Amino acid sequence: MSTSQSPIDAKADEIDDVEEHLTLRKRLWGTLKRDKKSMLGAIVILSFLLVAIFAPYVAPVDPEQEYGIMEPPNTHSETADGEAYHLLGTDSYGYDIFSRIIFGARISLLVALVTVLFAFTTGTAIGLAAGYYGGWIDSLLMRYVDFQWAFPTLILAAGIIAVSGSLGVINVIIAVGVAFIDDFARLVRSEVLSLREKEYVVAARAIGMSDRRIMIKEILPNAVASLIVQVTLMIPIAILAEASLSFLGLGVRPTTPTWGLMLNEGRQFITQAWWLSIFPGFAIMIVVLAFNAFGDGLRDAFDVKEGEVLDR
Amino acid sequence: MKAYIAKRIAYGIFVMWLVATVVFFGLRAIPGDPVRTMLGPEATDDAVQSLRAELGLDQPMHVQYIDWMTDLAMFEFGRSITKGGPVSSLLADAAPMTLSIGLIGLVFGMSIAIPAGILSATRKYEVEDYAATFISFMGLSMPAFFIGILLAVVFGVWIDLLPIFGYVSITEGFFPWLESLLLPGIAVGLPYGAIVMRMMRSSLLEVMNEPYMKTARAKGVNGRVRLYKHAAQNALIPVVTIAGIQTALLLAGSVTVEIVFGIQGLGQLLVDSILDKDYPVTQGVILVVAGILVFTNIVVDLLYTVLDPRIRYGGEQT
Repeated sequence: MSTSQSPIDAKADEIDDVEEHLTLRKRLWGTLKRDKKSMLGAIVILSFLLVAIFAPYVAPVDPEQEYGIMEPPNTHSETADGEAYHLLGTDSYGYDIFSRIIFGARISLLVALVTVLFAFTTGTAIGLAAGYYGGWIDSLLMRYVDFQWAFPTLILAAGIIAVSGSLGVINVIIAVGVAFIDDFARLVRSEVLSLREKEYVVAARAIGMSDRRIMIKEILPNAVASLIVQVTLMIPIAILAEASLSFLGLGVRPTTPTWGLMLNEGRQFITQAWWLSIFPGFAIMIVVLAFNAFGDGLRDAFDVKEGEVLDR
Repeated sequence: MKAYIAKRIAYGIFVMWLVATVVFFGLRAIPGDPVRTMLGPEATDDAVQSLRAELGLDQPMHVQYIDWMTDLAMFEFGRSITKGGPVSSLLADAAPMTLSIGLIGLVFGMSIAIPAGILSATRKYEVEDYAATFISFMGLSMPAFFIGILLAVVFGVWIDLLPIFGYVSITEGFFPWLESLLLPGIAVGLPYGAIVMRMMRSSLLEVMNEPYMKTARAKGVNGRVRLYKHAAQNALIPVVTIAGIQTALLLAGSVTVEIVFGIQGLGQLLVDSILDKDYPVTQGVILVVAGILVFTNIVVDLLYTVLDPRIRYGGEQT
């Protein structure tokens, strides 16, 4: 992975640092206005977030309410209190698929966001320390990177689930999060290495600024662009990882409405009822597509090279 | 060249040792008593003691560690708790299926990605480019197992064209084998091909801007030769890097896709062993997967030396 800094960033360093915050927001907004693809991505992400937050109000019926088993899409079922409309049909337990997809968005997005947040904070801290101090922290990080070199994220996460000994949301977050730590740690480490000897960092050290302050106030703000891009592009990977783990039956507990589990349950009935697995799959696809489109736009906006972040 | 190969192999062995060590301590870090968990709550103390002795867990830690390493060096992974039988034979049965899916995925992905990438780069901002980019974006956004389900519904259920369940060994003929693995292979190969294609496109676009491409043009080298001999060959180096790193994606994809198609490969073995708390099998699968990846990474590194002579002569590897 290249550790070199792009020429534009190098120029940006020369420009007054105070402007950084403004430019960031401006650049973000500029991208959205200019690039239709990332605007669309942002809108889709926002709507999924809103749907997830207001799931109980948006969902037409209770996701735990049982109706007729495997009703095809666009059907009605009679209930005690009137009719229920099944836009996407019902599943093998008789649950309304549309409502379960809406509630599934909660778990999928929550797990993905918390996972990336976890990996981001630990990874950034480790990367800062490794790049700034070097020494044993750096060696330990590099050995961990070596270790991860031998594993697909999914297998590593499955191994962590095996060690943790039980299923559940927290376990998934830790399992996938640990597998993502090195992505952030390596990124921050390489940024720190390229910034450590810059004049303003040397100056900060010379006037006796504490190490922690130099790392957080001087170095980290300069890595912000790559970090934002990395976060945006890691979220869809986290969504896919959670869905894969749930699909394998190693994710959240069975009967929780999540997209991965719905696919897992639906897969057994593909010959009779395709809608059981196809619709949750599309939900995954649309939200991942949106994050990828948004992240792609950001990458162009911040001029982060494709190879610089995300190499899985 | 020889020194380079030796260095890569030594590094591979080092990584495997690291993985084996982490797995060793990982197993011992499981909260509670793993032996009791394995046998279930109704097991007698005698049974627990004898299994503990069989697994060598009653030995001091350093003896256990040495035993563990010597066993691994001889491909001994112990015995499965729930299935009986040695873990190594379970792995020997399961690994070829997963590897077959991955292999077909690799071939499919590459054979789509390279031409599509070249087409997309040479017709930049034309219909072909947009189509290829769109398809690769879709491929990147669907988990392999969902592509598998889609393919199974379309080609297995709606148009009853290909089998959607089970695995036919290659010993029963090449075509039945291929037929049983075509859909899973495509499902795994599509996301893989999508990534490789994007890399091929951007790498080729970059190379086509190099000064030597202009020189070649000025010299009057014909377009086809320029594209395939001068540009594509150089563009391939980063593509091989990505293709190598992404074998992890192929492997992870195979593990989930085989469950869609009811193939009893490494993924099924891993999931069953984790849910049954059959730790020797879990370890075995994890070590085998790590071994496969380390091995493919070494192969990719060696492939570089063929593609990029600078490495052969001991230059910096980028």
